[in-house]
Amino acid sequence: MIATDRLAEVFVEVADTLVDEFDLIEFLQRLATHTSDLFEARAAGLLLADHRGRLQLMAASDERSEMLELFQVQAREGPCQDCYTQGTPVINADLTQASDRWPTFAPRAVAAGYRSVHAFPLRLRNQSLGALNLFSNEAGRMDATDIRIVQALADIATIGLLQQRAIQHGHDLTDQLQGALNTRIIIEQAKGMVAQANVITPDQAFEMLRAYCRSHRLRLTDVANQVISTPASVQDLMGS
Amino acid sequence: MTTSDAAFQSMWALIEAEAVDPADKPDVVGWLQRLCRVASRTLPAAGVGISVMSRGGEPATVAASDAKSATVEDLQFTLGEGPCIDAFSTGRPVFAPDLSVAARVRWPGYAPAAQEHGVQAAFSFPLQIGAARLGALDVYRDQPGSPSAETIVQALTLADVAMTGLLNAQQRSNQSDGPPALDDALDNRFELYQAQGMLAIQLGIPLDEAMIRIRAYAYAQDRALSDVADDIIVGKLLLQTDT
Repeated sequence: MIATDRLAEVFVEVADTLVDEFDLIEFLQRLATHTSDLFEARAAGLLLADHRGRLQLMAASDERSEMLELFQVQAREGPCQDCYTQGTPVINADLTQASDRWPTFAPRAVAAGYRSVHAFPLRLRNQSLGALNLFSNEAGRMDATDIRIVQALADIATIGLLQQRAIQHGHDLTDQLQGALNTRIIIEQAKGMVAQANVITPDQAFEMLRAYCRSHRLRLTDVANQVISTPASVQDLMGS
Repeated sequence: MTTSDAAFQSMWALIEAEAVDPADKPDVVGWLQRLCRVASRTLPAAGVGISVMSRGGEPATVAASDAKSATVEDLQFTLGEGPCIDAFSTGRPVFAPDLSVAARVRWPGYAPAAQEHGVQAAFSFPLQIGAARLGALDVYRDQPGSPSAETIVQALTLADVAMTGLLNAQQRSNQSDGPPALDDALDNRFELYQAQGMLAIQLGIPLDEAMIRIRAYAYAQDRALSDVADDIIVGKLLLQTDT
């Protein structure tokens, strides 16, 4: 069950963030972390589909490579894939009973220590855009209130995606989605560059990038672009 | 095979099946010309052009479905503005559904010039994987109007196909035995993108070259791209400057 006062805080913070010029990836990352905390889930992630319907992770509460794998495998099979293609939530799926349904995903999720999984659709009118994914290490069940709240959080992710530019035409959404998906790839490329320059893992590089953004009050997207446009400065940038 | 792979592969097959015109240039430029002709029929469009650009945005190669589209494609570089240049610099698709309205403000030189060649709407899609950007694909129409959702999906898929073909071509020029023609460049696993970044720093090369280097190595060793990427990330594999 969710603490109502905590939920109120989350909505206030989210509303504040949307007012400013915000970084979409950071916004989604914060939303995933809040979702994970609110439900005492072990991990939450937001996935968007590209033009060929392939789900790509945009942000997660836990982005260590083991966790990335569990999101990435769902590009082919898993609760997010089902949720995205059918446009309906997958709720309280018991992973120990799911190896027929998801032969690749379920055993991996169980091996990673998870017990149950949920996926909520990101929707715009009749269009399915992606999914909000929750992992838990308990078999606990979401009740009707929980389900409504998580769906509301998924809807906020969609609002965040639409917020950056007024969406008037179908092609405006394409523009936004393509930009967001490609930005996430740029961040991964920048992670690799920072990792190599500092002889650390990509996971550590991501932490370094985020710490740098926080201490310098910069947007993750801007810093990633800076890393890529001036690779020679990668070490200076992170050392300062 | 997923539906997304199927869409990609059927586009690829259409290009392979496209008749070679005696006027087609050799190598990858000719292949891009055939892609433009297939795109022009499939989307549908009055014409399709592709500009491959240098990192500074200078045109390196221009291909088009027909002579008129080639002229309109070239116009952008003569005038220094247009959908393709914007798509390349922003990394986002550009939609100009009516050149006589919004685009006149956006491209005061290009829009009327394109209209003189019968183009009333233009859409442009960057050829890119993250920060590795090679050019853009332009769709020209002789009537104003927004593209349908289906047209957008097809154009984006054609941009993926063009990106993959360009990477394959550069890879082939780097090694004597050519790799199999078909491999989706947009693998979508983050490890691959991380490995590209690592290799770019390790060898001091641009991201698109790092991408080509990893693909060339995977083909030469007959290994999956994702395995090669994983090895690069854990430091098990060091690619040399001249593999």
